[in-house]
Amino acid sequence: MPLVFSTEAKQKLRETVARYPSAMAATLPALHLAQAEFGHVSDEAIEAVASELGLSPAHVYGVATFYTMYNKRPVGTYHVQVCTNVSCMLDGGYDCLRVAQAAASVAPETFTVSEVECLASCGTAVCVQVNDDYHEQMNVQRLEALLGELGRRG
Amino acid sequence: MADIATKIVTQNFGNEAAKSIVEYERLGGYAALRKALATDRGAIIDEVKKSSLRGRGGAGFSTGLKWTFIPKEAKSSYLVINADEGEPGTFKDRALLAWDPHLLIEGALIAAYAIRASHIFIYIRGEFVREHSIFARAVEEAYAKGYLGVRILGSEFSCEFVVHRGAGAYICGEETALLNSLEGKRGWPRLKPPFPAVKGLFGQPTIVNNVETLMNVPWIATHGGDAFAALGVPKNGGLRLLCVSGHVDKPGIYELPMGVSLLEVIEKHCGGVRGGRKLKGCIPGGSSMPILTAEECDVAVDFDTLMTSEKIRPVESKPGEIFHFGGRPLRTMGGSGGVIVFDETTDMVAVCARIMRFYAHESCGQCTPCREGTDWLARITTRMAEGNGRPGDVDLCESVACNIAGNTICPLGDAAAWPMMAFLTKYRPEFAAKIRTAA
Repeated sequence: MPLVFSTEAKQKLRETVARYPSAMAATLPALHLAQAEFGHVSDEAIEAVASELGLSPAHVYGVATFYTMYNKRPVGTYHVQVCTNVSCMLDGGYDCLRVAQAAASVAPETFTVSEVECLASCGTAVCVQVNDDYHEQMNVQRLEALLGELGRRG
Repeated sequence: MADIATKIVTQNFGNEAAKSIVEYERLGGYAALRKALATDRGAIIDEVKKSSLRGRGGAGFSTGLKWTFIPKEAKSSYLVINADEGEPGTFKDRALLAWDPHLLIEGALIAAYAIRASHIFIYIRGEFVREHSIFARAVEEAYAKGYLGVRILGSEFSCEFVVHRGAGAYICGEETALLNSLEGKRGWPRLKPPFPAVKGLFGQPTIVNNVETLMNVPWIATHGGDAFAALGVPKNGGLRLLCVSGHVDKPGIYELPMGVSLLEVIEKHCGGVRGGRKLKGCIPGGSSMPILTAEECDVAVDFDTLMTSEKIRPVESKPGEIFHFGGRPLRTMGGSGGVIVFDETTDMVAVCARIMRFYAHESCGQCTPCREGTDWLARITTRMAEGNGRPGDVDLCESVACNIAGNTICPLGDAAAWPMMAFLTKYRPEFAAKIRTAA
């Protein structure tokens, strides 16, 4: 089934396009909008973006698959992104990743876990991003507590 | 050199109220813009040149000189703010955007006026969702007060401000990849020339500046170029942000005079190595810069000293063969100011392998030496880190690194090759010890 943007989203998209000299420049904002609207960036969502912006689906697909923040598959309620780059690794990033993976194996619909590259929060390692929020100075205990809390909230 | 109490871009850190335009103005904000708008454009560029302000994003290029590269006949241009911070070890942009958004807007406006930019675009890293909201609100406030838009503060100067979010790609911190990304494409770096100043965003003359760089501009406009230069050391004006992480007692963002010693930063400002352990080494400017051993850390952090100090052993392409970059031996560089400190217990092979996996993940795939080479470096160093190194692996890493360096469109290839060569130059026995001998 083709996906269609809501009226509000279409309005927002029109305002976004107006800020740039070309419709193509709105590809990234439009994909952010599609992810917010449809949950993830599926092939159908890509078609919807292409049709709204008057671009080829091939172009939008190329962009959507280049950037890591566009989820090509559905994610759980909480997308837990654990940084394991150097500074976080030194402070137990991989231990945190294992904690998150264990939580996701028990509750896969609640948690989707990704190992991510530097989140630019090295001074407060380990950094874990959950959906839009940064959680800093994490360690095994604090992450277990956080995931426990989120799991109860559901 | 400035005393260490002097602060410019971090002066409002911790002051929650300074995010609002009312408080920012009360503290004297936007006075530098008023002054600039009454000044000749050329005079502003001259002051910035005199200040020896150098780009804080990585390359350390003269900001004032860069601004002069906009062709004289250009009727208008674009200013792009690079807030796509992602170099491992660097963590200043989030704090700068969140604590003092108006200082950035003011600095960008002065720059835009100087280069006759009709638009300012800021490219904010996609993950910085909260900072994006704070900054976007500040831009709205600035519009409402007449600091942005048509005929700013009654002058002839008009300028629009567009806030743009990235979507997760380290390579978009490279300026030409950033421009492609802003145009709605994959973040593939462009061949230079043409340089962005001649043909940049949407084909227009474009200047790309780092967040911290632009936030120093209001101070220069207020106090003059000479005063800014005097805060630092010759050819390296002002203060710089050092983001210190890893095995130190007090990691954080430190705004210090350019000539300060790296060892002093670690020992004094950051409270020394954690747990009383000994220093093993440190990366001085983000993970793409060659590592320094503990003995080499007693050097000034300004751009030139890190490139030329004889205290720092040159990087070798193989034992005994010095690697040259830009006509001189490569030692290290100040880069983005990301300082990662390692204590004596650190497994340097594991650190190197993690860095190589990063570059392999972030290679955009356009150039074969980088796309294939970074992946091989990641695989080989990872098997070494796991104790499964094969005979010849150390030499193989060296050979792969040498074949990447200098052979790619953008500096990401070098950013992987240089640390590889540097780890082998300085910690080679640790790598050799990871080779599994026949059982």
